[in-house]
Amino acid sequence: MKYLCLVYIDEKVLDAMPEREYDALCDAAIASDESLRRSGHYVGSNALRSVRTATSLRVRDGKLSVTDGPFAETKEHLGGYILIEAADLSEAIDLAAKCPMAAIGTIEVRPVRVDLREGMRG
Amino acid sequence: MSEAAAATVRAQVEAIYRADSRRVLATLIRLLGDFERAEEAVHDAFAAAAEQWPQNGMPKNPVAWLVSAGRFKAIDRIRRRARFDAVEAEIGRRIENDAAEAAELGEEEIADDQLRLIFTCCHPALAPDAAVALTLREICRLTTEEIAQAYLTATPTVAQRIVRAKQKIRDAGIPYQVPSEAELPHRLAAVLQVVYLVFNEGYSASSGATVTRVDLSTEAIRLARLLVALLPEPEAVALLALMLLNESRRRARSSPTGELVLLANQDRRLWDRNLIGEGMTLVGQALASKKAGPYTLQAAIAAVHASAPSADHTDWAEIVHLYDLLMRVAASAVVELNRAVAVAMCDGPAAGIALIDEILARGDLGDYRLAHSARADLLRRLGDHDKAREAYERALALTRQEPERRFLEGRLRELGASA
Repeated sequence: MKYLCLVYIDEKVLDAMPEREYDALCDAAIASDESLRRSGHYVGSNALRSVRTATSLRVRDGKLSVTDGPFAETKEHLGGYILIEAADLSEAIDLAAKCPMAAIGTIEVRPVRVDLREGMRG
Repeated sequence: MSEAAAATVRAQVEAIYRADSRRVLATLIRLLGDFERAEEAVHDAFAAAAEQWPQNGMPKNPVAWLVSAGRFKAIDRIRRRARFDAVEAEIGRRIENDAAEAAELGEEEIADDQLRLIFTCCHPALAPDAAVALTLREICRLTTEEIAQAYLTATPTVAQRIVRAKQKIRDAGIPYQVPSEAELPHRLAAVLQVVYLVFNEGYSASSGATVTRVDLSTEAIRLARLLVALLPEPEAVALLALMLLNESRRRARSSPTGELVLLANQDRRLWDRNLIGEGMTLVGQALASKKAGPYTLQAAIAAVHASAPSADHTDWAEIVHLYDLLMRVAASAVVELNRAVAVAMCDGPAAGIALIDEILARGDLGDYRLAHSARADLLRRLGDHDKAREAYERALALTRQEPERRFLEGRLRELGASA
């Protein structure tokens, strides 16, 4: 099964981090992706720019409205994602727990729908 | 077969249903890969047994017979549906192949399936109330109505929790597996938490008015016994010990009129010596593992109480020491509160009050009724009746349990009279 690991972080924690520590974190994240790739669990990943750059939009009754900022005002925001292939949820949790970001933020693990028409509702 | 012999067999089918239907279910969930399908199959298998055994006699291995019958019935059902559905046809083929491999069904395999069921129902990815409901339903064999009654909840609410939990197991890919060595500590902790939640609900709810409710404490102890038999990990053994030692005081915890009796005032002759004996042996076993986890330490504390002839003749220094160790492995404000009470027993009420005030000043436990009632009790013993009254009133405002409310009101009356 494919699982999307959504990485939520408090950007203030990252902002307050000394340069060397931040560099080490980035290196660890790259190494973590590499290790997932070697074990055959890696599908894809991306880190996002700051939530300060976020824009939200919605279309209602055919009318577009665009606003500055993220969809939800919370302390932790989406900071990136890793898409993995795992046998089951326990393995997905195990793999996500090894990511360095798990020690700083929160990782939400979501199974990816196989059939687009099925499983979102109910 | 004679009518009398047939009646005996029918009684045996019922006995096997009571004793083994969960074992059959656990294995069928593995073979069929789905809770609903497995439950249907268990039902079909016992229906077939009730029909065939009185005619043909009992099979040599009834559990294996039932698993096999359930599997065939499930494949039948799937085949019938498969005429309309390609996905069902694929599932049917897979189950037939898997089941052929798994046809050899030893005791060990059945025990493993029971563990798989326990670890799946108590997976930490399920919400605690959902895991509790699912565990009581699938492992303890309670009906949805019984669970709802025990938790004073509406039946549809419990039914929905169970449905949602099963959906998450299926859709999020929660595996039907005994966790690996590396996963075991945190997975076992999740199982023990569910068991202890069930026990505490029963423990705090048990009072005169609730005789018709399923006894959750007994269910939790039964569940822990099953777990220990399947997986004798020290922390599981310790949780069983802890529950037995708490349960041993049941008859002493309330007066004949249903009033709450605190540990210090309990008539220790009412404590169940058999449960204490068993609990003490298990505590010894758990402590022998040398790696004292949170349940082992809590059980050790309960054991010190259980072996004391009275509250005054309790080894409070040992209890403080055990709480110190507990703070190291599982620090929490509640543990700190309990430690403060033990310190008060060693060094006097003022020392305990200082520690509780420290916790409250930090902003912890402000809404925890037992923090205020413990503080009130220590203030009362110190002779500071005005402050004691205030603290009892704070506790009273926070309590939702009837016997506890009456107890606190009684204390307030006593203080009022002496003021």
